[in-house]
Amino acid sequence: MARFIVRRLLQMVMVMFAVSVLTFLIFNVIPNSDPAVRMAGRQASQSTIQAIRKEWGFDDSLPQQYITTMKKIFSGDLVSQFTQLPVNEEIIKGLPRTLSLAIGAALLWMFVAICFGLYSAVKAGRFADRFLTIIALIGISMPVFWIGALMNHYLGFKLGLFPNGGYVELTKDPIDWAYHLILPWTALAILFIGFYSRVLRSNVLDTVNEDYVRTARAKGLGERQIMIRHVLRNSMIPIVTLWGLDFGAVIGGGAILTETVFDLQGVGQYAAEAVGQLDVPPVLATTLFAAFFIVLLNAVVDIVYAVLDPRIRLQ
Amino acid sequence: MSDGHPAAPPAGHDPLLAVDDLRVTFATEEGSVQAVDGVSFDLKAGEVLAVVGESGSGKSVTAMTLLGLTRSPNARFEGTAVYKGAELIEASEDDLRKVRGAEIAMIFQDPMTSLNPVLKIRDQIAEQIQEHEGVPDQEATERCVELLERVGIPRARERVDNYPFEFSGGMRQRVMIALALSCNPSILIADEPTTALDVTIQAQILQRMRELREETGAAVILVTHDLGVVADIADRIAVMYSGRIVEEGTLDQIFYDPQHPYTWGLLGSITRVDRPRPERLPAIKGLPPSLANRPSGCHFRPRCPHEFARCSEVPPLEARIEGQADHRDRCWLSAEEKRERREVRPGEIGLADKPEEAPAA
Repeated sequence: MARFIVRRLLQMVMVMFAVSVLTFLIFNVIPNSDPAVRMAGRQASQSTIQAIRKEWGFDDSLPQQYITTMKKIFSGDLVSQFTQLPVNEEIIKGLPRTLSLAIGAALLWMFVAICFGLYSAVKAGRFADRFLTIIALIGISMPVFWIGALMNHYLGFKLGLFPNGGYVELTKDPIDWAYHLILPWTALAILFIGFYSRVLRSNVLDTVNEDYVRTARAKGLGERQIMIRHVLRNSMIPIVTLWGLDFGAVIGGGAILTETVFDLQGVGQYAAEAVGQLDVPPVLATTLFAAFFIVLLNAVVDIVYAVLDPRIRLQ
Repeated sequence: MSDGHPAAPPAGHDPLLAVDDLRVTFATEEGSVQAVDGVSFDLKAGEVLAVVGESGSGKSVTAMTLLGLTRSPNARFEGTAVYKGAELIEASEDDLRKVRGAEIAMIFQDPMTSLNPVLKIRDQIAEQIQEHEGVPDQEATERCVELLERVGIPRARERVDNYPFEFSGGMRQRVMIALALSCNPSILIADEPTTALDVTIQAQILQRMRELREETGAAVILVTHDLGVVADIADRIAVMYSGRIVEEGTLDQIFYDPQHPYTWGLLGSITRVDRPRPERLPAIKGLPPSLANRPSGCHFRPRCPHEFARCSEVPPLEARIEGQADHRDRCWLSAEEKRERREVRPGEIGLADKPEEAPAA
């Protein structure tokens, strides 16, 4: 198991390297125009452009440029061309907000999806199953910015049940933190609940017909134990894969819409604003940040997968 | 081996399990299908009853129905199965759970898929012991090791921590047998336990089952299509065809004095080392009837060369030979006719080919 984890983490480092090279190429080489001009923004003076060219070493060879760029990103002296604020500080400031949103939403959607999916499978073909199917389809069909805006408007603004956006730090007031995040969590989770509960339902329906479930029943186990220990655990394997990947994807970009709708000021919103302002350094940094989480969660998924399914771990 | 168990029933008289007129009907898209059509048999403590029949004869459904494993919204059950005074067919799921695994245990056909791939062998066996006896983990593990040793798995203490995919097919079937024996059941139902295995492994598994039966004294219902397996291990044989038992008797009665033409056909279609090898292996002509659309009267009628007028009435399963109350069959032919017609060659039992249908007048 330890060897498996080490091997997987080494792979992860290699993938990250490849991603960083690709990101560098996409931003600095592929556009086929002077990167210094693009980075300087509109109406930049010739001297500013020159300064940027010198600072980023755009006259050097490509490998040298790559090294300079990565040095700037990872040494923390990357500065936004638009606000002149250090990019790293902005990301570090936004990270707990993005993580709060993503972790809470991921737990919420997984938990609710397991309940819905399992219940739907147990009641397959009956009214409850059909009802949940319709609910799931509605959930899948609602874009997060639309449902988020509706929630904000009706539950937040009109009824005043929830705060109208904003974020309170967890360390300051955990209850207020959760209170502020209930709507964003729900809005983000709805899509995934619909999707996950459908996938789980069909996995469960496949698994209940497995021979080992019949064996479990022949052992005299109770229905609850059969469902949880034998059916659910085997049905969860594909879901856990999805979960890790989606969690990474939410941190690395999926949160952009939700954070913006609820004004959470997380990394996603920061990235969205930077893109809007054509502010290259933060876009570069948040792209790598997003890629890092996606690659990390991919590795975590593989490791969790190995824990869940011994056939992968031991081969 | 009967510690923690209700006292074994008195030898002889009362059967351990009495199945009476069991009928199982499944609603399918093609209409209702009667998989089991009035099956009755008794099982005495410690005896091995082999239920023999081809695919679709209802033998597996019969076996699984005893444990309520065929229950579904689409299944309908009639008849009774009384185990130690308790009725199983109508029993509540909770009552049945106490019987499953503890009193009546089951070994399934395919050991490759019958064990949960993501749980250790130890957990899969211990879970059954703990469900029925509530022993602490440590003790359950000790019993697992002991059970694996008994079924002949080497290095059992290490092997309990393995997963099913780390065992070969034969070893997995041994694990299944260990699992079935873990709570000292009074009845072991083995549904085609050797069908999925290599012939050499089959022999090992059968040998082990024979030894374990001697040790534990459990009665066995052995469901199989393989008469070779039956000859090795069975005390009594019930031959099933198209949802019914067509003949039932002791091993010797079935092998040396078979009464039903279907049994003749079965016996005629096995190769025997003590006979000259035939050029072609004889087979019973035709196919079993579809379950949804069976002939009236005797189900074997369309394939039977000895069919006559009375065969359109359902022949009851009853003793038809004087002085042999334990040999029952469902064929209207008289005992003498049977004796004459079953020999295709002198001293050799088989089923003659059905003559071509004469054109209707």
